Amino acid sequence: MKLDDEEQDILAGKAGPVPQQALQHQIKVGDFFHAKDFVPVTQAHIMADTESLGEAGVQWLEGLAATTEGQHRVRIPTITDPRGTDFAKAEWLGQTKGMVDLERRAIVAFEKLGVAMTNTCINYQTIQPPTRGEHTAFGDTGVVIYANSVCGARSNFEGGPSALSAGLTGRTPRYGFHLPGQRRATLRIQVDYTPTTLNGWGGLGGVIGRLAGNYWAVPVIEGIEGAPRSDQLKHFGASMASFGSIALFHLVGLTPEASKLSDVAADDLPVHRVSRADVEALQKSYHTDDTVDVVVFSAPQLSLYELSDLAALCDGRKFAVPMLAVTSPQVKPDSDRMGYTGRIEAAGGSVLSGMCFYQSYAREISEARGWKRLATNSAKLVNILGGYGYRPMLASMEACVDAAVSGKMVRT
Amino acid sequence: MSKIFKARHAMGPVVRGPALVASDGFSARYDLDRIKGIFSRPAHKLAGQSYVGKILVLDTAKGGVATAWMLHEMKSRGIVPLALVLNSVNPILAQGAALGDVAMLAGFDEDITSAVPDGAEVEVNPAEGCLKVT
Repeated sequence: MKLDDEEQDILAGKAGPVPQQALQHQIKVGDFFHAKDFVPVTQAHIMADTESLGEAGVQWLEGLAATTEGQHRVRIPTITDPRGTDFAKAEWLGQTKGMVDLERRAIVAFEKLGVAMTNTCINYQTIQPPTRGEHTAFGDTGVVIYANSVCGARSNFEGGPSALSAGLTGRTPRYGFHLPGQRRATLRIQVDYTPTTLNGWGGLGGVIGRLAGNYWAVPVIEGIEGAPRSDQLKHFGASMASFGSIALFHLVGLTPEASKLSDVAADDLPVHRVSRADVEALQKSYHTDDTVDVVVFSAPQLSLYELSDLAALCDGRKFAVPMLAVTSPQVKPDSDRMGYTGRIEAAGGSVLSGMCFYQSYAREISEARGWKRLATNSAKLVNILGGYGYRPMLASMEACVDAAVSGKMVRT
Repeated sequence: MSKIFKARHAMGPVVRGPALVASDGFSARYDLDRIKGIFSRPAHKLAGQSYVGKILVLDTAKGGVATAWMLHEMKSRGIVPLALVLNSVNPILAQGAALGDVAMLAGFDEDITSAVPDGAEVEVNPAEGCLKVT
């Protein structure tokens, strides 16, 4: 990679060992993808739940944080994805002291490095959405796909070590979705129905993610009616990213880079048609049981509007099985203040904050609490949890609340 | 006689070992039981098989960003694939391989999951940017 004078100084250790190590890591990745140079970034977002880091990852972080020589704090606003627990609910979740202690150690290390512990995967709704053309280093695939597609920002999937490195150096290798040419569509999707539910949007995202198939694919989608809401595109993108590792989509006439098809697509792109039946088939493929052990609303964290809708559905109900609603530390105080938390808890539900279900030792929670058959309206969550030993079911928020009351999921 | 496949993307040390091959994706979080060292996602074509010490030959990277940490964590416990060889990767796998110092090759002229027999002894040589099947 071509390095400017400042980058050469960082690599030579003139800014200290922490940014030097960060730049070395970035050069390895940049060389792998044949990046020609670095691009400055304005914000970084770090996925770093301790289930992923483990003891080794936390020790690695602590090693960086213990360094006092040279620059040892981030250079740009750098925030975090959900933690592996809600400390107030860790015992109820069946999490062990060891898990909680590891989380605390990671937080101490991040804070020494100057990272702001926002603990959210919906920073585009709660902290600061990026603007069109803004280069960022975002972690969490749901954040990246929303930022790229809906906001028109420019980010690759930046895993924890790389996002932290970007925070420390203020730059990232220029490859992938930082390059205009990479943002052109590679396949056309024609849909003949527009979902109205969040699980429907997630299901549609999942079908398109599977069709598109890999990170470098960019679907351009035609046929969506009306203007989708932020929560709908949140579930759509998060699911597409989960099922297909997709980082960018275009909606013709809606998203900023595709006011018309020809803005992003050549004439000869392959065309795929997606129908309501395809989305329903995906949803039905997860309906393998009629009994529910737990209901979870998470992945991505819920917005204030989702919590408002959920609270309305909880009024006058009494849950037979646990129901978890997971939100961000920014939304939770408003949910408390508006009375949504109280209404959900009055029905027997729990509102958790600063974590996300699948990033919080989901396998160990399943074993500790005996939760296997899980109902959710998140297509992303059902896609992930199979590997953790769950039998996840995808249904609407309404059907999931009904299942929390009866312990049964009605087949549709 | 050995066959050699050139990769467009390469990093990490030279390693040799048995290939575990499937036309399927890879995500450490979605697909693996990282304690037992096996593929655990029921729908994965390698479900139930151990990945420890194997050179995984798969189609593409799937899922989220956790693999960027997890390869490093898995390596610290010795419950890690010897190398990853894929038709295509996403940045997360490359970032994870860089942190964990795990050998990786990606980008071939043919479908590498069809070209390499399951169980074959292979050499991953990132310095030369190639996969050798003996």
